[in-house]
Amino acid sequence: MSFLVVSGLEKRFGPVEVLKGIDISVPQGGFLVLVGPSGCGKSTLLNTIAGLETVSAGEILIDGARVNELHPSKRDIAMVFQSYALYPNMNVAKNMSFGMEMRGVPRAERKETVARVANMLQIEDLLDRKPGQLSGGQRQRVAMGRALVRDPKIFLFDEPLSNLDAKLRVEMRTEIQKLHQRLGTTIVYVTHDQIEAMTLATVIAVLKGGVLQQVGSPAEIYNMPNNIFVADFMGSPSMNLVPARLDRADGALVVSLKRADGSTTALPLHRPSDAARAHVGRDVILGLRPENIDDAPEPGATSGYHHPLEAHVEVTQPTGADTLAMIRLGGREAVARLRAETGARAGERRRFTVDMSKAVLFDPETEERL
Amino acid sequence: MAASAIETAVRTGRLTRALIYAALLVFAVYYLLPLFVMMVNSLKELDEIRGGNMLALPEIVTIAPWIKAWNQAQIGVQPTGLAPYFLNSIKMVVPAVIISTLLGALNGYVLTKWRFRGDTLVFALMLFACFIPFQIVLIPMARVLGFLGIAGTTWGLVLVHVVYGLGFTTLFFRNYYAAFPTELVKAAQIDGANFLRIFYRILLPSSGPIIVVTVIWQFTNVWNDFLFGASFADFDSQPMTVALNNLVSSSTGVKEYNVHFAGAILAAIPTLLVYIVAGRYFVRGLMAGAVKG
Amino acid sequence: MDYGRYLRGWAQHALPRLVLAPSFAAIVLFVYGFIVFTAYLSFTNSRILPKFNLIGFENYEKLFGLRHWSTAIENLAIFGGLYIAICTVIGLTLAILLDQKIRSEGVLRPLYLYPMALSFIVTGTAWKWFLDPGIGLEQTLQSWGWASFEFDWIKDRQMAIYTIVIAAVWQTSGFVMAIFLAGLRGIDNEIIKAAQIDGASNFRLYARIIIPQLRPAFLSAFVVLAHMAIKSYDLVVALTGGGPGRATEMPATFMYSYTFTRNQMGIGAGSAVIMLMMIAAIIVPYLYAELRERRHGG
Repeated sequence: MSFLVVSGLEKRFGPVEVLKGIDISVPQGGFLVLVGPSGCGKSTLLNTIAGLETVSAGEILIDGARVNELHPSKRDIAMVFQSYALYPNMNVAKNMSFGMEMRGVPRAERKETVARVANMLQIEDLLDRKPGQLSGGQRQRVAMGRALVRDPKIFLFDEPLSNLDAKLRVEMRTEIQKLHQRLGTTIVYVTHDQIEAMTLATVIAVLKGGVLQQVGSPAEIYNMPNNIFVADFMGSPSMNLVPARLDRADGALVVSLKRADGSTTALPLHRPSDAARAHVGRDVILGLRPENIDDAPEPGATSGYHHPLEAHVEVTQPTGADTLAMIRLGGREAVARLRAETGARAGERRRFTVDMSKAVLFDPETEERL
Repeated sequence: MAASAIETAVRTGRLTRALIYAALLVFAVYYLLPLFVMMVNSLKELDEIRGGNMLALPEIVTIAPWIKAWNQAQIGVQPTGLAPYFLNSIKMVVPAVIISTLLGALNGYVLTKWRFRGDTLVFALMLFACFIPFQIVLIPMARVLGFLGIAGTTWGLVLVHVVYGLGFTTLFFRNYYAAFPTELVKAAQIDGANFLRIFYRILLPSSGPIIVVTVIWQFTNVWNDFLFGASFADFDSQPMTVALNNLVSSSTGVKEYNVHFAGAILAAIPTLLVYIVAGRYFVRGLMAGAVKG
Repeated sequence: MDYGRYLRGWAQHALPRLVLAPSFAAIVLFVYGFIVFTAYLSFTNSRILPKFNLIGFENYEKLFGLRHWSTAIENLAIFGGLYIAICTVIGLTLAILLDQKIRSEGVLRPLYLYPMALSFIVTGTAWKWFLDPGIGLEQTLQSWGWASFEFDWIKDRQMAIYTIVIAAVWQTSGFVMAIFLAGLRGIDNEIIKAAQIDGASNFRLYARIIIPQLRPAFLSAFVVLAHMAIKSYDLVVALTGGGPGRATEMPATFMYSYTFTRNQMGIGAGSAVIMLMMIAAIIVPYLYAELRERRHGG
């Protein structure tokens, strides 16, 4: 049974359509991440769930009850804002207890709850300070504390980590993950950072221009992107998108890549979909993740799904853990993620293997997956 | 204009710098001169002014002109001095400033945090009202004040100053609250605070600086106003500026320059005091009124 | 019960606009309603009291035939032109001088600005006696031994309008300085450094790089000064009382005397309408640009 349901949601600001028919549902205890480039409508969607913005059409259900008409404070939600939105004139303890004060919770109970949550987040020694006296990471903790004291049905996070430096961001990401595991509360989380989305989510929803592109588990989104936009947006470095042709050779489907000298390389396709079968003889876009192009001289790698390929190496970028190689593939630049100790050198022609079991095909016209 | 902002990459030679300082000093003298003249001559006997040098320090210091200006000089028909008019001004300024500031704060809050269709037009109409020449409202205003039964009273003047101060107070608070994070308002909504509570628990406690700016601006403007006072006040509600003008330009009798100067300083003291105590905020108000960005 | 809840919900929803409503209503009535009323009166033959029968443009024809009015307009042109020009020059000069890392800036700046805190009536009183040939500057310089020194502009029909310029410049030029100083402080220092590396002298640096970037400050200063010039009333009353004779008549004093002492309310209303139109011609484009810019920026 879904705990949070968004169905047929539309939002217009005057003539501008910001959300165009959004359908998402999340089970209880799920972690939904809304991801997309800026201006895609993800924050607006979060605001409509919070009740901070009205909806033009559609429905929002929390725990089976329609909340469209409910005031934000009546929806049993808590929200952590990008700027943290700590009340500058109140100290940390007041910030955390303000909501309870508004709901008429007795003073003693307020104090106890604040103490408990402060202990959980290890911010007890900050309780008397004003927000202006806190570091970025501390403010972030207080903002979470303010949400936690509510013990809500759903936590809403609006890009909560985007104002932190890189190191702190990774730390807080882990912190949020632990919190989610411990409390088991449903979370809706907005970010433009696809790594955050992949690491935190149980369900990812990718938005673009107010339209939902795909909803699914991180693995689904990563391995089976619905369209070129999702393929390109999720993953870093992003998926290689190589122009190719879908042909039939010896009764099997092959993807033909053009090479610089005019000849073609044929890569056999595994378990092609019906849509792909119907597309034979036409242009396609081959989608390959960088880690599915390798130069490991594994014996027998050419058997199974791994197919050999020769390509020109343009530059190599060692990252420490592995080495990225920019190679020429089908007339385009493509990235291969190689082992750190690879012998690949800039300027050489090198033999690679491609894992075709992970390959996806897109229709270049509709940009949809085949 | 914090000290750290005093930073320019322009470099100048030593002679140039000496000339710059000299020029700046000359200007300082120019701006101080009238105040100096008022001050010294308000402490002189009348004969000394007539016979002598306006820039010279008094040979005999006397505070008699001050006393006369304060509670003896003939203004209108009664020899009351300026004291009752000073009180009139205070009775007018205090409520006018409080009411217009409060309304301005609420208006600014609504116009930035509870925006609605057409709010920019509402604001534009209020803003233009700041700049109209008040001659255009004098005739109907006189009638409306009469209709309301407050013609010639201090409360009539309060109403006038509140109405024509609203544009500026709204402008000040609107610009200030525009920079106030809207996320704080959202957070407070989720916390269950309603419209008014968000205002006085979240926004108002952070509004100290803009309240000071607005209060000073309104205080200075209302205190210094002459046109409305001259148009709508009776003898017993005339503000200080009108009384001072009556004192100075009454054509009967001897011109008591020393008393006039003392009276002028008395009329200037409240606003000068505010300027000395909170000049920074005064300038901020001036700039906000001039450079609306 | 349900109805009560509905009502409360509606009240919460409408509350922001309800809070704004009294102020807005006051502005609509007391500003725009009054403008319409005064404009209407300018088309009637109202004298001591308002009358409501329309007589067309007669008042405006009379107005522009009046010598007092043409004097007022001439005076406004002289006063406004000089006032704006001199304030701008002094303000800009002071701002540039103060922007040279002057150590005592904190002391000097408030000295230049304090006249802005004074009432024009106080300023008028001070300058009225300071410029009075009998006791003021003229006598002082003569007593210092410059026997031939004469400065009686304030008593001179031709020159009295310039004394108003002197006093008004004294009051406002410090404020213009503050506008320009804020503009100067807003200029990116790196641009100045780049120009110096390019070999620009200080004079050229200001003439070619810095002053051109002060355009918004010039515009603000112009708008503020122009609208103050059109509205000048207090200072004229306090300094010259419109005299000698009616030599320093300005539109604002004209309006007041025709409406309230000469009992020509229709003509007075007409002059107020002309004043409003002058100010609107300056302010409306400015506000329009400001508001539009802000909306686009935000």
